[in-house]
Amino acid sequence: MKLIGLGDDKLAMTVLFVLAAVTFIIPICNLMLPADSALHFSAYTVSLLGKYLTFALLGLSLDLVWGYCGILALGHGAFFALGGYAMGMYLMRQIGTRGVYGDPLLPDFMVFLNWKELPWYWLGFDQFWFAMLMVVLVPGVLAFVFGWLAFRSRVTGVYLSIITQALTYALLLAFFRNEMGFGGNNGLTDFKELLGFNIQSEAVRAILLMLSGMALISAYLICRWIVSTKLGRVITAIRDQESRVRFLGYRVEMFKLWIFVFAAMLAGIAGALYVPQVGIINPSEFSPLNSLEIVIWVAMGGRGTLYGAIIGAVLVNYSKTVLTGLMPEIWLFSLGAVFVGVTILLPDGIVGLLKRRLQELQS
Amino acid sequence: MKANSIKCCLRLSAILMLVFSLAIHGDQEIPPASKLQDALSILKQGSMADRELAVNQLADLGASSLPILQALLDGKLFTLKSDTSLVIGIDNNHGYTLSDALTGSEKGVIERSAVTKINLTNNLRVALRKIIGQLQLSADDPAIRLAAVKAMANEEDDNTQSLLKARALIEKDEDVQQAINVVLLLKDMNSSDKLIRIKAIDLLKEQNNRDVANRLNAMLEKDETGNFIEADSEIRSVAKAALIKINSRLQIYSAMETVFFGLSLGAVLVLAAIGLAITFGVMGVINMAHGELMMLGAYTTYVIQQLMPNHLGISIILSIPAAFMISALVGILIERGIIRFLYGRPLETLLATFGVSLILQQSVRSIFSPLNRSVATPEWMSGSLQINDFLSLTWNRFYILVFCLLVFMLLLQILKRTRLGLEVRAVAQNRTMAKAMGIPTAKVDAMTFGLGSGIAGVAGVALSQITNVGPNLGQAYIVDSFMVVVFGGVGNLWGTLVAGFILGIANKFLEPFSGAVLAKILVLIFIILFIQKRPRGLFPQKGRAADS
Repeated sequence: MKLIGLGDDKLAMTVLFVLAAVTFIIPICNLMLPADSALHFSAYTVSLLGKYLTFALLGLSLDLVWGYCGILALGHGAFFALGGYAMGMYLMRQIGTRGVYGDPLLPDFMVFLNWKELPWYWLGFDQFWFAMLMVVLVPGVLAFVFGWLAFRSRVTGVYLSIITQALTYALLLAFFRNEMGFGGNNGLTDFKELLGFNIQSEAVRAILLMLSGMALISAYLICRWIVSTKLGRVITAIRDQESRVRFLGYRVEMFKLWIFVFAAMLAGIAGALYVPQVGIINPSEFSPLNSLEIVIWVAMGGRGTLYGAIIGAVLVNYSKTVLTGLMPEIWLFSLGAVFVGVTILLPDGIVGLLKRRLQELQS
Repeated sequence: MKANSIKCCLRLSAILMLVFSLAIHGDQEIPPASKLQDALSILKQGSMADRELAVNQLADLGASSLPILQALLDGKLFTLKSDTSLVIGIDNNHGYTLSDALTGSEKGVIERSAVTKINLTNNLRVALRKIIGQLQLSADDPAIRLAAVKAMANEEDDNTQSLLKARALIEKDEDVQQAINVVLLLKDMNSSDKLIRIKAIDLLKEQNNRDVANRLNAMLEKDETGNFIEADSEIRSVAKAALIKINSRLQIYSAMETVFFGLSLGAVLVLAAIGLAITFGVMGVINMAHGELMMLGAYTTYVIQQLMPNHLGISIILSIPAAFMISALVGILIERGIIRFLYGRPLETLLATFGVSLILQQSVRSIFSPLNRSVATPEWMSGSLQINDFLSLTWNRFYILVFCLLVFMLLLQILKRTRLGLEVRAVAQNRTMAKAMGIPTAKVDAMTFGLGSGIAGVAGVALSQITNVGPNLGQAYIVDSFMVVVFGGVGNLWGTLVAGFILGIANKFLEPFSGAVLAKILVLIFIILFIQKRPRGLFPQKGRAADS
């Protein structure tokens, strides 16, 4: 704790404490207590919370690149979706003969498209370890190739934002195509089991929630550690004055590349945890709007704080759930207003506001 | 309007001809007007023999009976049950809109059961078709004659051939003459004389005509038993050579067509991107609501068209300034209300304007419903310019191309020659220095943003002519227009123009090989790679301004 300076940060401690409570108490209650107990949470609540936690992990990973390195990536959702697709492919292969067409090898949509054999890139996804490797490897490699090209030729600022958006847009268009072999428009869905356990069962849901929470907590601690090391200092310096860091002799593009790839991998993990909890992955996850929403979670929570991204992600998504349920027309209005309001009135986000309040109280 | 006036002219000329022929033959023969009446009264009678007689009598009367014969062929000629008069009825949803067959005067709308259709046998129908063809061949309007010639190309009979030959001698219109020649040569290809056939093929290979290409293709194919349909090998080789020649021309024309489609797509991209380029170039601000400003322009067109549904042409012209004003006003509001608080923070501006775009989208969805609206195209913009059988250019795309160039030139002049343009360029080059020289930068920013937004609105008017107008209209173009700006480079309008056209043409050339979606993906990947090589676009800014 001392190593990463957590003890001094009251807000961060609070967030971590609440997270730990959600991660451990709710699943344990659900697993141990009978279904009619007052402390037993409904399956809906559990999977909703699990979804929020994966979003929080996604927001956290974006805060690392945007808040600490100043790279406004508008295509971060692509890495999330790729991780999700890797997980989805594993879950598809687990369906086996229980699909509508009962084909032991081919997923339903391929039988429907009259495909005869499994495309080469689907091979190996019947193995859990291989799928998990791909969850981090595919986003990581894409981020590496893209980042290596972009950072080496010093594409910065809005240019970088726009080409990351083009990246996710291109992937969106590609995944919509049936010929790609990822289920086209409908994506991958109708999953049956995960590692042999029924994916619909409450116990699996509870464990997935716990896993998401644990992944989030450890990712937070790791990120916190990264930004407190010398590496983290250099990265923050790049955000504030890139050319000065370069003149001091640091290879700026390598630092940026490293942090970009790491964040992409975290996003991939978030996607992999998200898919079994919502039961579907489709190309709309690649839409530029989704990636922009991630940015607004981070902006709202307060960027450059890490736990701010967690607060923002949960808060925005909770209001989305409530508002789209109550009156769907209002949601886009309020999301738009949040975009405008946060950037103008709350440049430091909710965390900045809370910090100021705390200081006022102390003095 | 236009079609009506042509009809009027036709009718007028028919009456004039009638009067003219009356004057000449009036004293010796039965006047044609009463002849027409006679023929019609025979037509009304039941038996098919009577009808055939009447049709022949009508045929003798010349072009004046063409409308009646055509109506008869189309099954639109009826007898009224009430007074057994002959009427032409046009089907509408409630019944028939009637006009008198003899005089052409309107007779109102009547329900379907009040009339009896005049039926035809198949034989009679064939004969009628031929008669109509003959009459059309001597019609006054060259377009009708041309259509008649084309229809005759498919008729296998010597009669049409002699008819066409006779017409060829007196035909004055060049296009019709040309068409008659092609049809006659096509018929020569059936000749039993080998030399005539070879000569016909030789002459036809210079024609840009689909029928010729199809015919030559058919000659070179084999039938089920594996023998060539054309037995003579010499003729086959001549035909093959002719086909190769025609196909090479066809390729050139199809490439020209692709370039045209590419240019018109490019024009749309340029229109969408050019406003963006101005705001980005001058203020370094990415306006994510740009697409929604285009959508506002398109909806303005829709609303104006709803207000004056009978004047499509005028409403489109009116929409251009209206859309400019509305989008420019909204743009200035965005600048004054939001962006001016965020100067020097381009990434935050991007987010805030994105928020605005969501709000605009949802407002339109709430006001106009989420369904797509279609904006009608005025007559002078629909249809296509038929250059030859292989190449036709659609008018709406052509107009958009012209419109895009006009807007571009106008903008260039504004930036070059006006006071505002001078100030805009000064601020773009060096904001602080411009301020020091007394240029009101805040005002210039607002005006620039208004100008850029107004052009987005104008682009929306153009878009409304080629796609449906819906709340997602802007989103569909926003990534593309960013790509154009990034590819072309900031601070140079020519860069935007060139980039837009290059991307448009590249897209259209890739489409046949890879499909529309993959073409788009390839272009996106190309731009992403291009940015690596030239991070500042095709035409980068030079000098100190480039550093920041």
